[in-house]
Amino acid sequence: MKILTGNDLESGAVVWWDGQDWSIHVNEAVDVGEDAAAILAREEASRRVNVPYAIEAERDKNGVRPAHIKDRVRALGPTVRPDLTLKPADPDAGNWVI
Amino acid sequence: MYKYDQYDQAMVDARVEEFRDQARRRIEGKLTEDQFKPLRLMNGLYLQLHAYMLRVAIPYGTLSSSQMHTLADIADKYDRGYGHFTTRQNIQYNWIKLEEAADLLADLAKVEMHAIQTSGNCIRNISSDHFAGAAADELIDPRPYAELLRQWSSFHPEFSYLPRKFKIAVIASDTDRAAMRLHDIGIQIVEKNGEIGAAFYVGGGMGRTPMIAPQIRDFVPLDQLVTYSEACLRVYNRHGRRDNKYKARIKILVHEMGAEEYTSQVEEEFAHLLDQGVEPPLAELERIKPFFDDPAFETGLTTEIDRSDPDFALWADRNTHPHKAPGYVSAVISLKPVGGIPGDATTAQMHLMADLSKQYSFDESRVMHTQNIVLPHVKIADLHALWTALNEAGLGEPNLDQVGDIIACPGLDYCSLANARSIPIAQQISERFAANGKGDTLGELKLKISGCINACGHHHAGHIGILGVDKKGTESYQLLLGGSEAEDTSLAKITGPGFDEAGIVDAVETAADVYLAQKQDGERFLDTYRRIGMAPFKEALYG
Repeated sequence: MKILTGNDLESGAVVWWDGQDWSIHVNEAVDVGEDAAAILAREEASRRVNVPYAIEAERDKNGVRPAHIKDRVRALGPTVRPDLTLKPADPDAGNWVI
Repeated sequence: MYKYDQYDQAMVDARVEEFRDQARRRIEGKLTEDQFKPLRLMNGLYLQLHAYMLRVAIPYGTLSSSQMHTLADIADKYDRGYGHFTTRQNIQYNWIKLEEAADLLADLAKVEMHAIQTSGNCIRNISSDHFAGAAADELIDPRPYAELLRQWSSFHPEFSYLPRKFKIAVIASDTDRAAMRLHDIGIQIVEKNGEIGAAFYVGGGMGRTPMIAPQIRDFVPLDQLVTYSEACLRVYNRHGRRDNKYKARIKILVHEMGAEEYTSQVEEEFAHLLDQGVEPPLAELERIKPFFDDPAFETGLTTEIDRSDPDFALWADRNTHPHKAPGYVSAVISLKPVGGIPGDATTAQMHLMADLSKQYSFDESRVMHTQNIVLPHVKIADLHALWTALNEAGLGEPNLDQVGDIIACPGLDYCSLANARSIPIAQQISERFAANGKGDTLGELKLKISGCINACGHHHAGHIGILGVDKKGTESYQLLLGGSEAEDTSLAKITGPGFDEAGIVDAVETAADVYLAQKQDGERFLDTYRRIGMAPFKEALYG
């Protein structure tokens, strides 16, 4: 699947296109298929998100998993500080990145 | 410690308000990201993986306790309770909100600090020996000259848009504690025929094309220091490549032009500039110098360390440095606890270091390029009390220049340029050597890790270096051996094919084992490597 990501203008937080808006949760990312370029152009023009781009990902029983490790780190947070990630209660969450 | 005058303060305050307006216009949508990006970068505000990152300048690494307290307050107020001290003697915050960035800068300005020129193709924060003004082996305190260069380079209109970023280090000792020859310009204050002057080394650096700077002048009179620097920059600004950012640093120019030709052009420019009034009046240098006068050192102090507590004695042996005043030492606070994140300090730790600097070190601390903190002037009689306080806060690791004292860039956990994570490798290596007990047998061993070819973790200069690379979407780590950033500067060489995460930790231990098996009396890891060469290490690593 192809999903869209970027960074929120005000907080810099990593965000994912959920079909209507930008979410901080990668599992809410939707497959944009052939619409990637059009959505990116529209959203970049609205200036709510910085440097959005399309990436490859796959959806399995655990949710959406970006293809590249960099985007998996972006989706979770720093693997060396579980307390600062989106899953602070799960100290093993970093293993999902690898 | 240098104190801003009305011009310094007015410039910094004005820049804060200018940036406040720029950020407001960006948030209101009146500026695009393409328009805003160069403006925020001029104020040290990057956009990294998870948030905006702000890099704060700490000129020559020197901090008062009130400045350190403010850095802690900022970590609490605008970030997530910690800061990251870097290899440029700066501090970085990782979780900044754009709408709060101007308020943060205003708080910094209240303690005479800023983030100007911590990004961009300009002259960056001037770095220096972290023991400056304290070291027993120093000719003079180099910081007044670093401060003069800071004033010259800040807002310099001609050098605001160089071909690439530009880094200057100033030292005044034959022992290089600032990686001087791995800077764009390295300046060593020297004495010649009874006169104090400066030797210039130009064209060093790490990154994708590491170079050791050649000396281009063995003596520049101190009243021509700025003029000669300006000549070096002018020739670079004229000929540096702007068509290819990977070939734009001055090291490439000096290498391709040849040091002799580059020097010739610098000398010609220098001769031209000498009567152009570039040099600040000597009165300005004389105004600056008293800010760096020695504090009121006491006399008649004990020079003996009470070694009855072996844990304290170990820390004192490893983490202190000889001081020019009898009865004092410089004490290094390790930001490298076993399994910790190199360079990170919590709000509470920063407040404590500020308090301890006030109590024990004449209100002063220093950021080291090795990502530790120094209290430069500590009475030997106070060392045990200082160590006790540090230990209780997790800051008493006795590992200066040991295998656990690892430099590591933020890597892929934070940095948008990185290809691989650095911090977890550092954590695993320090844990491995603490657990197997080998760390205590290795002596001086400088280990440096970068998560990409830009070399923020100085892997080229590590006795053991590690470079993280992207191998078809997975992390891979190259091992390098034989680098040094000290006065015996050398560039590390790659051993061979890379390793995965577990493999690189094993590989470091294997290299350490080769050293332990081969070392002769008094040899450091680096000495043994230089004596026996790469082959025994390759044999052990790859068979």
